[in-house]
Amino acid sequence: MATAERQLLSGNEAIALAARDAGVALGTGYPGTPSTEILESFSKLGGRGQWSPNEKVALEVALGVAFGGARALVTMKHVGLNVAADPLFTAAYTGVVGGLVVVSADDPGMASSQNEQDNRHYAVAAGVPMLEPSDSQEAYDMVREAYVLSERWQLPVLLRATTRVCHSYTVVTPRGPNGGPPKPRFERDVRGRVMIPANARPAHRRLRRKLAEVQAWNESSGLNRVVQGSRRLGVITSGISFMHVQEAAPEASVLKLGCTHPLPLEAIAAFVRSVDRCVVVEEGDPYLVNAIRAAGLPVEGKPEMYRFGELDVGRVRRILQGDSQPEPPKPPGKPPQLCDGCQYRVVFESLRRHDCIVAGDIGCYTLGVLPPFEAMDSCVCMGASVGVGLGLRHVLPAEQARRVVSVIGDSTFVHSGITGLVEMVYNPPPDGHVLIILDNNTTAMTGHQEHPGTGRKLNHEPTGRLVLEDLARALGVPRVHVVEPRVDSEQFDRLLEECLASRQLCVIIARRPCLLIVKRLRELERRECRSTDNPCQTA
Amino acid sequence: MPDSLTNVVIAGLGGQGVLTASDILAQAALRAGFDVKKSEIKGMSQRGGSVTSDVRFGRRVLSPMVPAGEADYLLVLDASQVECSRHYLAPGGKLILPTAVNPDQLPNKRSLNVALLGVLSAHLSLPEDCWLAALREGFRPEFFEGNRQAFLLGRTGPTPNPTA
Repeated sequence: MATAERQLLSGNEAIALAARDAGVALGTGYPGTPSTEILESFSKLGGRGQWSPNEKVALEVALGVAFGGARALVTMKHVGLNVAADPLFTAAYTGVVGGLVVVSADDPGMASSQNEQDNRHYAVAAGVPMLEPSDSQEAYDMVREAYVLSERWQLPVLLRATTRVCHSYTVVTPRGPNGGPPKPRFERDVRGRVMIPANARPAHRRLRRKLAEVQAWNESSGLNRVVQGSRRLGVITSGISFMHVQEAAPEASVLKLGCTHPLPLEAIAAFVRSVDRCVVVEEGDPYLVNAIRAAGLPVEGKPEMYRFGELDVGRVRRILQGDSQPEPPKPPGKPPQLCDGCQYRVVFESLRRHDCIVAGDIGCYTLGVLPPFEAMDSCVCMGASVGVGLGLRHVLPAEQARRVVSVIGDSTFVHSGITGLVEMVYNPPPDGHVLIILDNNTTAMTGHQEHPGTGRKLNHEPTGRLVLEDLARALGVPRVHVVEPRVDSEQFDRLLEECLASRQLCVIIARRPCLLIVKRLRELERRECRSTDNPCQTA
Repeated sequence: MPDSLTNVVIAGLGGQGVLTASDILAQAALRAGFDVKKSEIKGMSQRGGSVTSDVRFGRRVLSPMVPAGEADYLLVLDASQVECSRHYLAPGGKLILPTAVNPDQLPNKRSLNVALLGVLSAHLSLPEDCWLAALREGFRPEFFEGNRQAFLLGRTGPTPNPTA
């Protein structure tokens, strides 16, 4: 069988393959770099993978799968877990029947993110076990182990990967199916799953007991290992940093932690005692070093400057030498820009011409902040454009307030903009507001994934479609316009001017498919024509 | 198998085929029996920004990233990307520029990445059949012949431009 051979897989592909081999019944998630390829690969491997409107919904659907006794996978980028944090914290109380693995793909260095939050803190805060792979083989093995762990202690498990694990290709030898998928069936457990206070109080105590058991198990689990070296230098590390450490200090003894919550503090203490000098090397926040020091163990951490950005072999060498001299700046490359011919260029030129104050959002169109447009004044998180724009409208002097516009993409709007639009109708600013939805019929920034507004599923098959203008009208927005932004037309510009002057609540849907998916769209439409009896127009 | 590691960095602009080229190199090395790691930052790769991809192979590879100053080969697909990626190159490392192939001899303009891999291949000890198998797997079947020609053009070295 081909799967038994050595394969060069990205961490994301390895996670997908392991999920397939573990018999995962449903994979859910929302696209986000560097996590996106997991569900896409899972689907290509024959797994059932689906995009949800956002990470919170994805985790809730997965939790239902796990309550039903089947295995579930949820994938997201680090900031996605902020959105899904609400169900995560209480899912730790309810527990699961089928295994539930939550993948958080963190982005230290912010190759493609708005912050570099370290999601290891979530494992501690929510009280869930956490595994951290350092290459694709480990990602594969740890996903399999995570399902076993999850079902043994009936807890969701966090698999925390980072950009250099997700997007690096390393050799994987698959191990074939592990554990048949349990047969889904509903078993009533009101006290365990209905988290009214009377049930939640014992559930919290139960969670802490489970975590104490997991910690005891982790003291000798195969997920952590010691690479014996010189006793003069010991390094405690996890994730991708393990690879950098072995290259930077081949002579060192290394305690490589695979399960980093709950920490095996006795094993760590034994390792610290076995070496003369012990340094903790970790990317991001001082999570390990603080926990180990809190246990009273004498370990060195890294200078604060290495908290920022990702680690590499050179930086690990400097950490081990205690070098906190300023680092040479990296030569700047060419920044990305809105594609030539992108319809959003028309929108941003118009926003600039009207001297708008633009509350922006997350997506390709965030590039509207760069020259020549420089037409964006804020970008915080998914959906924030709507709320931030409303807040500005509420307090700015009228002359400025009337120039405030919120700009959001179609996928982002579905993810987190809808509740903002409800707010706009519920608490309208005195001079109204203008929300522009840039609808290019895809989630472009992350590589053109489908979303509820495209009417296609993850695998591009047709499904129910959310019609944005119908939704806006149904919410009670008085002015809803759909317009195609075109280079050779002033229609968009005139419409924007009209809306700004109207002092009403306005939604402008600037709709035109992303240039980069036009070919694929035509192909899909042709295929759908062939498979139905509907008379189709030819493109 | 020698213990030493071969470090290659491929640099260019989004849309030039940097990631495809590094895929081919990594697959060729895998087929030759080496441990291989390949790492890249690709979040912005479709929007014309700088893209680099690191490929390392040898008996055992640890970090997936080529440390600054340790690239044995720096293959640059666009001349504008030389200065911002030069710091990867090891002292005595080899810089391969887009001018290493004659663009008039390419089967098509988009095969520059594969032709430059051909140039790189002449410096490496990976067997030719591993390269060709990787090229065959890496593209749709109808593109294989053009890519094979582009690869061999780079591998066998520049021939004088008949019109020059």
